Amino acid sequence: MDTVKPKKNPFSLQLDPELFKPASDEEKAQVVTQRESVSFMRDAMRRLVHNRMAMVCLVILVVITLIAIIVPMIYPYTYTQQDVTAKYLRPFQYSAKEQARIAAGQKVFPHIMGTDNLGRDYAIRVIYGTRISLMVGFISALIVVIIGILYGAISGYFGGRVDLIMMRIVDIIYSLPDVLIVILLSVAIKDFISTSKNDLIVRLGAGMISIFIVFGLLYWVGMARQVRGQILSIKEQEYVMASKAAGASAMYIIFKHMIPNCISVIIITAAMQIPSAIFTESFLSFVGMGVSIPMPSLGSLASDARSGLTSYPYMLLFPALTIFLIVLSFNLLGNGLRDAFDPKLRS
Amino acid sequence: MNEPVLVEVKNLKRYFPVNTGFLRTTPLKAVDDVSFTIGRGETLGLVGESGCGKSTVGRTILHLYKPTAGEVIFDGKTVGPGTIKEFRRRAQIVFQDPYSSLNPRLTVADIVGEPLDVNKLCKTRKERTERVRELLATVGISSEQMTRYAHEFSGGQRQRIGIARALASRPEFIVCDEPVSALDVSIQAQVVNMFEDLQSQFGLSYLFIAHDLSVVKHISSRIAVMYLGHIVEIAGANELYRHAVHPYTVSLLSAVPVPDPERARASHRIVLEGDVPSPLHMPSGCPFRTRCSRATAKCAESCPQLEEVAPGHMAACLEL
Repeated sequence: MDTVKPKKNPFSLQLDPELFKPASDEEKAQVVTQRESVSFMRDAMRRLVHNRMAMVCLVILVVITLIAIIVPMIYPYTYTQQDVTAKYLRPFQYSAKEQARIAAGQKVFPHIMGTDNLGRDYAIRVIYGTRISLMVGFISALIVVIIGILYGAISGYFGGRVDLIMMRIVDIIYSLPDVLIVILLSVAIKDFISTSKNDLIVRLGAGMISIFIVFGLLYWVGMARQVRGQILSIKEQEYVMASKAAGASAMYIIFKHMIPNCISVIIITAAMQIPSAIFTESFLSFVGMGVSIPMPSLGSLASDARSGLTSYPYMLLFPALTIFLIVLSFNLLGNGLRDAFDPKLRS
Repeated sequence: MNEPVLVEVKNLKRYFPVNTGFLRTTPLKAVDDVSFTIGRGETLGLVGESGCGKSTVGRTILHLYKPTAGEVIFDGKTVGPGTIKEFRRRAQIVFQDPYSSLNPRLTVADIVGEPLDVNKLCKTRKERTERVRELLATVGISSEQMTRYAHEFSGGQRQRIGIARALASRPEFIVCDEPVSALDVSIQAQVVNMFEDLQSQFGLSYLFIAHDLSVVKHISSRIAVMYLGHIVEIAGANELYRHAVHPYTVSLLSAVPVPDPERARASHRIVLEGDVPSPLHMPSGCPFRTRCSRATAKCAESCPQLEEVAPGHMAACLEL
C-alpha cells in the first residue's frame, strides 16, 4: 500500500508526521513542573506591590515614621530649648549670636524650618508633633483592632440574644459625641494627671490621656460592626459546621476559621481608622484640648501659627503639610489594601 | 434488619423560629416527629424534594442544630452533654457544596488534620503528617498536594478532601448530606463508588441524603422518603422500588427517568398538582393530603403514623 503524501496546498491540514519528534525527558519534566502554591495573603501582597500609588504612599509613611523616631535622637536642638535672641527666624537664617559663633569658627546646625516666637527650633517641634500624631494613630488602631475584633467576633458567633444586647451597646456608644467626652474627661482627670509620678503621663497631659481613653472607649465600634457582619456570613459556611461536627470549641472556630477569613476587612478598617484618629487628635489640639505645652502636636503648632499668619506663613505650612501627607497617604494606602484584599470590590 | 442498631432516632423534632411580625415568631417545623434506626454497616437513604427537611434531619442527628425535642441514641447511649464529645469523634458529616465546605485559608493538610487536632488524636507532628498522608491516599489524592489550598482543586477532588476530613477521626457513622448533587455525573459515579469502598473497608454506617433516586437506590440498603418534615414511607431499597404504597412515594418513583424509550412510553407518570404547602402553615392531619389523589375527609382530621404494611416496610397513610 502506498502512503498518501501530504498535499503541497498551504491550506491543507494534512501535516507531515516526520516533522514531529517525541519530547525528551527533560522537556517533559518542564511541562510537569507545577505552579507554586499561593496563599491568600501572598496573593494580596502581590497585588498590593503592583499598585504603584499604594506603594508610593507606603514609602512616604515609612520615611515619615523613621524620621519621627530617629531624628529627635540625633538632632542638636530639643523641642523645649528656648533662645530669646533667635525669635522668629526664617528657615536657614541664623541669629546674631549664632552668626558670631560661626564667625568664631564654630559649627552651628541650621534651623531648617526657622524658629518660633520663643526661639525654639521649629523643625524639631514639627517632628515631635508628627511623632505624637503617629503615636495616636497607631495606638488607636491597636485598641480598635483588639477590642473591635473580639467584640465583633463574639457578638456575631453567638448570635441571638447575645448579639442583640451587644449590638445595642454598640449603638449607644456610636451615638456618644467623642469631642464632648474628651473635654469632660480631660477636666475630670486633670488633678490626677498633674500629681502623677509618671513623667510620661505628666508630659502628655490630661488632654492627650483623655484622647487615648476616648479612642479606646469609642472608636472600636466601627470595627466591631464590620467584623460582626463578616462573621455572620462566615458562620453559614459549611466548613464552620464541619469544624463543629469535629468537636471544635467556639474559641477554636473563632480563631482558626473566622478571624483569618475576616483579615481583609480588619486590615482595611484599621488602615482607614488611623487617619481619622490622627485627624481627630489634630483637631482637638488645634482647639486647645490635646497635648499640654510645651509638648507640640501638629494641631497645636498649626493653631499657634495662626496668630502670625501674615508675617510667617511657613509656620502654618509645615505642620499642615505634614498632616496632609500623613492622612492622604494612609487613605490611599487603605484604598490600595482594599483593592488588594478584595479585588471584587474594585469599581 | 440483621445488623445491630448503631443509631436510633426517636421522635426527633427541629423547629426554627421565624419572625412573622413585631416581636412575634412562628415555629417553622422543618423536622416534625421523625423516628428511624440505622444498623451497623448499613446505609439508610433519605430522599424527598427540596425543602422537605432532609438536610435538617442529618444536621440535627449530629447535634449541629439543637433538637427541639426527641433524642438520638448512638451505640446504646443517648447523645447529650456528657456523651457529645465522644459522639463528635465517632459521627461525622460530608457536605453537599465542596466549595463552601473547605476553608479557603487552610492547606489541605490542615483541613484534613483538623479533626485530629481538635480531638488530640495525634501526639507528634510527624504522626499527624503521616495520618493525613494516609487519609489522602485513601481518597486518592497524592501527598504532594498536601500543602496546596482548596481552591487549587476541582469539585470532585474537593469533595474527596471533604470525605478524607470526615474519615480522619475514624468515625463509625457518617451523614452524607447530598454529597454528589453538586458534582457532574461522571464524577458522581466515582464518588459514590468510593463511598461504597470505604464502607466495606471501615465498616461505616451512612445516612445518605439525596434527591437523586437512582443514586440512592444504588447505594442504600434501606430508603426513607420524607415529605414536609415527616417520614412517609421507609422500606428496604428493592421493596420500596417494587411495592411502594404511599401515594407520594408512588408519584416520586414514577418521575424517575427510565433509560429505555419503550418502557418509558408504557409507564404512567403521576404528576402531582399544586405546590408544596409552606411549612409555616402546615395542613391539618396528613401533610400530603392537599396534593394527594386519594385524600378523603378523614385525612384532614388526624396525622397518620408509620405502620407496618409488610415486614420491614412501614408507611404513614390512612388510606392503605
